[in-house]
Amino acid sequence: MAGTPNRYTLHIDWTKCDGRGLCTELIPDLLARDKWGYPIAKTGDPAARSNVAVPGSRLAAAGDAVDLCPLLALKLIAPTDAR
Amino acid sequence: MSTHSPFGVNRLFAAGARATYRTHLATYGDLAPGSSRAELIPELERSGLIGRGGAGFPAAQKFGSVPRSGMSSLWRSSAIVIANGAEGEPRSLKDERLLRDAPHLVIDGLLAAAAVVHAGTMYLYTTAQSLPSVRRAISERDDARAIRVVEAPDTFISGEASAVVNAISNGVALPTDKTVRLTTSGLKQRPTLVQNVETLAHVALVARYGSAWFREVGSNRDPGTRLVTVSGAVPADRVLEVPGDTPVRDILRACGATDDDIAAVLVGGYHGAWLSGNDLSVGLSPAALASHGAHLGAGILYALAADQCGLRASAEIVRYLANESAQQCGPCMFGLPEMARLLERIASGDPDRRLARELASVSESVVGRGSCHHPNGTTRLVLSALDAFSPDVQAHLTGRCVRRAGR
Amino acid sequence: MSEAMWAFGRISGIVALVLLTGSVVLGIWTRSGRPLPGLPRFSIQLIHRNIALLASIFLVLHVGSLMLDSYAKLSVADVVVPFLGAYKPFWQGLGTVAFDLLLAIVITSLFRKRLGVRLFKAIHWLTYAMWPIALVHSIGNGTNGTSGWFLAIATVCTVAVAGVLIWRVSSRFLESATARNAVH
Ligand code: SF4
Ligand code: SF4
Repeated sequence: MAGTPNRYTLHIDWTKCDGRGLCTELIPDLLARDKWGYPIAKTGDPAARSNVAVPGSRLAAAGDAVDLCPLLALKLIAPTDAR
Repeated sequence: MSTHSPFGVNRLFAAGARATYRTHLATYGDLAPGSSRAELIPELERSGLIGRGGAGFPAAQKFGSVPRSGMSSLWRSSAIVIANGAEGEPRSLKDERLLRDAPHLVIDGLLAAAAVVHAGTMYLYTTAQSLPSVRRAISERDDARAIRVVEAPDTFISGEASAVVNAISNGVALPTDKTVRLTTSGLKQRPTLVQNVETLAHVALVARYGSAWFREVGSNRDPGTRLVTVSGAVPADRVLEVPGDTPVRDILRACGATDDDIAAVLVGGYHGAWLSGNDLSVGLSPAALASHGAHLGAGILYALAADQCGLRASAEIVRYLANESAQQCGPCMFGLPEMARLLERIASGDPDRRLARELASVSESVVGRGSCHHPNGTTRLVLSALDAFSPDVQAHLTGRCVRRAGR
Repeated sequence: MSEAMWAFGRISGIVALVLLTGSVVLGIWTRSGRPLPGLPRFSIQLIHRNIALLASIFLVLHVGSLMLDSYAKLSVADVVVPFLGAYKPFWQGLGTVAFDLLLAIVITSLFRKRLGVRLFKAIHWLTYAMWPIALVHSIGNGTNGTSGWFLAIATVCTVAVAGVLIWRVSSRFLESATARNAVH
């Protein structure tokens, strides 16, 4: 479902996210904000925007976002083949 | 091949209305005892059976995704099968009808599915209306005692697979966040197979008569029969069993409607798409509908009368869907009411030319941004309404509704 | 030696109070989803956390020094169980309550990933009880509790927390309030 080969994905749990916008500051190249404040993936298939592909160079920043989200709404999912 | 195999299109209801276990057995014969995983999954694959719940996923593939529990993994807890009869769609009646008239076929399918994936636990999840017939059917036979019956609330979302699992384990029929498939970890962290009741009824028939028999009706890309619920501009709401890929027009005619009566048809329910009056020759199958941007959903056809305003009808549906949002996910909680409001303004003749574009852009923005497909389905409906009724959108801008004024 | 302990105990308590106030104000600010000029949201969040941790360190020093002090002679029981103390048991007991609450808040914050967001949030709400209790303790128990300069500090802290609290309960608190209120 969320795991993809060769790539980390940042999973957004919409039932927890309240659109506080910390994540969008840390990875503005991956996430924008909609008018209600919720993150919106800038890349990838629109239908799969709950799982945002994270390029290797942005892994640390995405990790910070996971760490700093006040509602624990974010999760980094390892590539399926790395498990 | 058994001599019992029903011929023609009347498969699921061959035992008549409110079939007892006795008439059920007399009609279909015994369920082949203990079909194994090694036999039934390949047979289902050859049958080409597509799930009838709405997602349109091949049944064999879903069965196959339940991990094998061999000797090596005895420590691992066994799988769970859930028959899903929570028909949240207000315009669908087929699962209720199936559970009323052919409950034993569903039970057979549930037993066969449980045997195939070595499930230790079985549930049948359905709405209050169907509980009496289900309970009666279970009490009529010895092999079904282990099935636990759970009542589904009457909400639009209650049949979503993760909501089903949530309802059974916590009594809350709301979708949950998912990072792994339910067939990997679902109810009580056990591999969980959630199958629509109609899908299971077909499984029961394939287990008896085989894939070649199953494919005798329907088309190559959509073999077998399907249950459809027809409502709207027809003399009476009806549940029909039709061969896969039957043209939409033929189904409407069978229900007593003529082309002139109908402006458009909503296919696939409230998460579905409008087919305009010119497209009614399309076959009712996932593949054929996909080329029209539609999907089959739970087999719902809602006919819009020629003098009815499609924009108004759509606005009412979108408002309903916005109210049915579980209010868990921001984009769904705020986006859907906004979509409803914009569509209502268009339907009521607001001359602001930017509304349609704004509606399309808000709708596209909520896609893929919820814990279930509710935002996606609502967007599908809105975009198809803007597309199918684009002449009406133009007319409404001038403050006129062609549907009523034009007649 | 003992004089030094006594002085250090008092000063560390006051520093802890000021830091706690800062953390509470920033914590509420973070909840609004708004950045501050020159401070992005994640920085506010980080400062909120780090100030709270710093406050906890000063609080441990505060309690520790008073345990070593020969006048105050706090026992281990006094630190954990409120209202046992020999000297001003009520006011000291309030300090113990606040300390215990802070301990719970900090621990659930550090382990929030393990505990889940629900428990973390529920315990975090106790801050609204912890902070006023700590303030009252500092005024009632402190040697300087009623001296002018300390009351000035206490007033500034109170005004700061009360100010953000009033803002917190207003309908325009959230950054996205306008867009969200338009829908519901
Ligand atoms: S930081 Fe967390 S709560 Fe805030 S927008 Fe991002 S995911 Fe949502
Ligand atoms: S997307 Fe909407 S309906 Fe689905 S879980 Fe989220 S809030 Fe509920």
